[in-house]
Amino acid sequence: MRIRYVWPTTLGCLGLPQSVLAIDWNMPVGVTDVSREIHSLHMIIFWICVAIGVVVFGALFYSVFRYRRSRGARAASFHEHTTVEVIWTLIPTLILVAMAIPATATLKKMYDASAADLDVMITGQQWRWRYSYLGEDLALTSNLATPRSEVTGESPKSDNYLLEVDEPLVLPVDRKVRLLLTSDDVIHSWWVPDLAVKQDAVPGFVNENWVRINEPGIYRGQCAELCGRDHAFMPVVVKAVEPERFETWLAERKEAAAQAALGVDREWALDELMKRGEQVYGSICASCHQPDGQGSPPAFPALAGNQTMLNDVDYHIETVVNGVSGSAMPAFRNTLNAVEMAAVITYERNAWGNETGDAIQPARIAELLDAP
Amino acid sequence: MASHLPPGSSAQSHQLETAGTVSDTHYAGPKGLMRWLLTTNHKEIGTLYLLFSLSMFFIGGLFAMVVRAELFQPGLQLIQPEFFNQMTTMHGLIMVFGAVMPAFVGLANWMIPLQIGAPDMALPRLNNFSFWLLPVAFTMLLATLFMPGGAPNFGWTFYAPLSTTYAPPSTTFFIFSLHMAGISSILGAINIIATILNLRTPGMRMMDMPLFVWTWLITAFLLIAVMPVLAGVITMMLLDIHFGTSFFNAAGGGDPVLFQHLFWFFGHPEVYIMILPAFGIVSVILPTFARKPLFGYASMVYATAAIAILSFLVWAHHMFVVGLPLAAELFFMYSTMLISVPTGVKVFNWITTLFRGSLTFEPPMLFALAFVVLFTIGGFSGLMLAISPADFQYHDTYFVVAHFHYVLVPGAVFAIMAAVYYWLPKWTGHYPHLRLSQWHFWLSVIGVNLTFFPMHFAGLAGMPRRIPDYALQFADFNMVTSIGGFLFGLSQLLFVLVVVLCIRGGNKAPAKAWEGAEDLEWTVASPAPLHTFETPPDFTPHRH
Amino acid sequence: MSSQFLDDRRRAVNRTVARTLVVLAAMCLFSVALVPLYDVFCEVTGLNGKTSSQAQSLSAESADQSRLVTMQFITRASKGLPWSLSAETRQLRLHPGQSAEVHFTFRNLGDRAYVARAVPSVSPSEASLHLRKLACFCFENQRLAAGERFEAPLVFQLTRDLPEDVKTVTLVYTLYEQRVSLSRSRASQQPGGET
Repeated sequence: MRIRYVWPTTLGCLGLPQSVLAIDWNMPVGVTDVSREIHSLHMIIFWICVAIGVVVFGALFYSVFRYRRSRGARAASFHEHTTVEVIWTLIPTLILVAMAIPATATLKKMYDASAADLDVMITGQQWRWRYSYLGEDLALTSNLATPRSEVTGESPKSDNYLLEVDEPLVLPVDRKVRLLLTSDDVIHSWWVPDLAVKQDAVPGFVNENWVRINEPGIYRGQCAELCGRDHAFMPVVVKAVEPERFETWLAERKEAAAQAALGVDREWALDELMKRGEQVYGSICASCHQPDGQGSPPAFPALAGNQTMLNDVDYHIETVVNGVSGSAMPAFRNTLNAVEMAAVITYERNAWGNETGDAIQPARIAELLDAP
Repeated sequence: MASHLPPGSSAQSHQLETAGTVSDTHYAGPKGLMRWLLTTNHKEIGTLYLLFSLSMFFIGGLFAMVVRAELFQPGLQLIQPEFFNQMTTMHGLIMVFGAVMPAFVGLANWMIPLQIGAPDMALPRLNNFSFWLLPVAFTMLLATLFMPGGAPNFGWTFYAPLSTTYAPPSTTFFIFSLHMAGISSILGAINIIATILNLRTPGMRMMDMPLFVWTWLITAFLLIAVMPVLAGVITMMLLDIHFGTSFFNAAGGGDPVLFQHLFWFFGHPEVYIMILPAFGIVSVILPTFARKPLFGYASMVYATAAIAILSFLVWAHHMFVVGLPLAAELFFMYSTMLISVPTGVKVFNWITTLFRGSLTFEPPMLFALAFVVLFTIGGFSGLMLAISPADFQYHDTYFVVAHFHYVLVPGAVFAIMAAVYYWLPKWTGHYPHLRLSQWHFWLSVIGVNLTFFPMHFAGLAGMPRRIPDYALQFADFNMVTSIGGFLFGLSQLLFVLVVVLCIRGGNKAPAKAWEGAEDLEWTVASPAPLHTFETPPDFTPHRH
Repeated sequence: MSSQFLDDRRRAVNRTVARTLVVLAAMCLFSVALVPLYDVFCEVTGLNGKTSSQAQSLSAESADQSRLVTMQFITRASKGLPWSLSAETRQLRLHPGQSAEVHFTFRNLGDRAYVARAVPSVSPSEASLHLRKLACFCFENQRLAAGERFEAPLVFQLTRDLPEDVKTVTLVYTLYEQRVSLSRSRASQQPGGET
């Protein structure tokens, strides 16, 4: 894995050779066969352009220096030459045909998602990704993990600033993984440069792509399609591990999910809910409704002192569980479990001067979910 | 309504004086502001268009400066992401529809009648109306910045459903203003077509027309063909937003991807609308200062037509990652690659025009030469973007931003500036100040490259476009880009200074202001009187 | 300059303007026609992975015993709609040419009636051309009272001419609330308020 080392920008000016050499100037070669092929196509077409550029700009600058009037150049008067014109129409055409052949081959390979070992459904949502391992009964939600204070400059930025998440997509290496993409709201685009996968997630439609990672490692990318306010803040992180480790991880995660769901039946104390709720609020809700619950109206209403929400528990619960169509408010039944939703609702009803004293029990939320 | 005025209204008043001094023999209409409101004279309307475009160039530029200031360093320092998105959107919309297109229409108004020996445009009153739609449209568009929920924030490509279901309330005003700008373009195009086809001086055949006229004729047809598609797509947005239809909403059986097909069916010809007149300008300027006829006049005309026709067959190369079937990817990859052939022919013709000429480097020539070099760089990155598999990596990154800014800024905008320097002596009777023009040129060239070249690297290294904050490995590129952007922005103040000084005075220009200039506009006095060619001039083809 | 010359020019200009306006009108019509054209184009080529919205007949052909295709079902409910949709089986393997039936269960978990429709999408999109639906709940809107449960079958067939390289076909149903039709639906139940 390459090390990306960047001097702090305040120091990193044009002249510092270390920083200039250490940063990436070019498309990554990547860790899949497809990404290698794409990189080599990129380099071929780049060098073709350089070669044409040398000839064309060479001719231009030669003319500019050689035929200056100040050097006594006298203008010729020719203005047509059919043979030359035919030649410079044909040669570029031939270069293009030569270029189209490998490009077509690579594209065909990229479009063959058949015979996959694992299917993962990727759902874009303003502004996070959700990954479901199809047939495995496991789904993860992946949020930006960079703290707000790093964005505002109150604390120093870490190396993976804006490219770190709480839950990476874990995939096995040497296995063909078929990726199915869709979206809950607007169009997003799932992109990891090292995997050379960029595919739009379109609401109501499903797209597919695939990846077979050759090397274990952590690969970072971002949403590539403008998707609203926090478009810059929905990174993609893929963690590729050996297949055996992947199986172990899968079993552990399923077990953990089952454990988390256990708490549904018991009675939870207000303190306990508040503590859990604060965590959930911080990682999920705070980006829009703000850490202090003030929101940013009109798109993101304030929760602190929100009378509609405080006076009507059912409305509050329903909004969190099912979302609001046509707005950025997602249906959290897809993302959070009953305990997390109960905790965050409790938190919202008792934080920032909201003092209802309500402790919403997970069991009440579970009724609204499709428990078998 | 006053938004057509330039940042300082001094240019306006001096323009009035200059125009007034040359028109006293004919002019008998209203005076003062009403005169400009009601004028049907192609030169005055051309001036209005150019001043409007200049003011929009500075407003759009100001938005770009805000964007670059926020992107100077990683982290959010100056503005919030909501406002950042409004800035990128408004920058794009204003530059495309408010600065570049009206500038070309202004040049067309001024120069097409002069270049073909016509007394005026074919439909002078319609001409007035098409101009005055623009200040209304753009006042409305700018007013959205002050509306609740802010201005449009979904990018200048306004993809649904971000621009429909999830859009701010001001979107309705955005749609109306775009409708008005579209109607203005269509009316302008009809006028230009009618003028070129019917008002040429007797004896001037189509293949005798200067290339600026030719490229504008083809551009006007493109406008007629695609502006209705833009009108259609924004009307569908309006219906989706307010009348419960579901053209672009999957919930009601629509398809968000349909929006992109429709938008780019308009949008790709639109990018050629912004570059074909630039080709024409450069094809007129290079022969003048090489003192040698344009090489391959006929092939230039055919190449322009070929580019225009092909522009209808390449739209989906903007959508390579949207989930098109393999066959569509291949078709659009091949057709896009094909478009580089006629474009290449043009570049080769320009360079051969210079070859064995007798070159001098007055300001218009400097800008035209920079155009050839830098537009070609934009063409190279365009060719790279055409390779569909590689586009999966390039798409929606700063590589794309670098590409289209190379074809639009040192492409279209440099060509407009070349045209202004070229024709200023004809418009004002004075040569632009030489030293200042040279400073403007060199600062612009340095600024433009410092701004847009590092964007290639940022994009290849993985920086998505339209983000207000970015990961640390992109920091150096962005700092250089921002510094370049500020330099380019500031150096445009020099341009205004040059234009203002040129209106006020300077070395007197003769009728034929440039030694190697051949076209008909150089047979009338400098400054051009308000009414010219009331009797069709004699014309002898000099090319063939 | 003769007035004859000016008149000729005026007439020529009018003719050009008239012709240009015809082209303009044609382009306006064309831009409106692009929407249905797109739908037709998608139906013919499978461009956007939408399936036919009408029941098709079973294509009478024997099953291709030489290969098996995996058919996956994914169900989603969009936000603002408190429904669940589940498939009795999430995945099955069948031969091209063979028909199959899968039951889907709709549940309204909200406290009022809703009208919704399941919008299908198929990946890979070219497979949508070879997916024939004989019966599907997705052809029409579903209306469920609060707490109501509803089962509906999907009867389908993947035709034998399904391309060889397609080994897995994923059919995603996304439930969307249909607001307009709520007021027009059966009068027995009153429409609920805005959430």
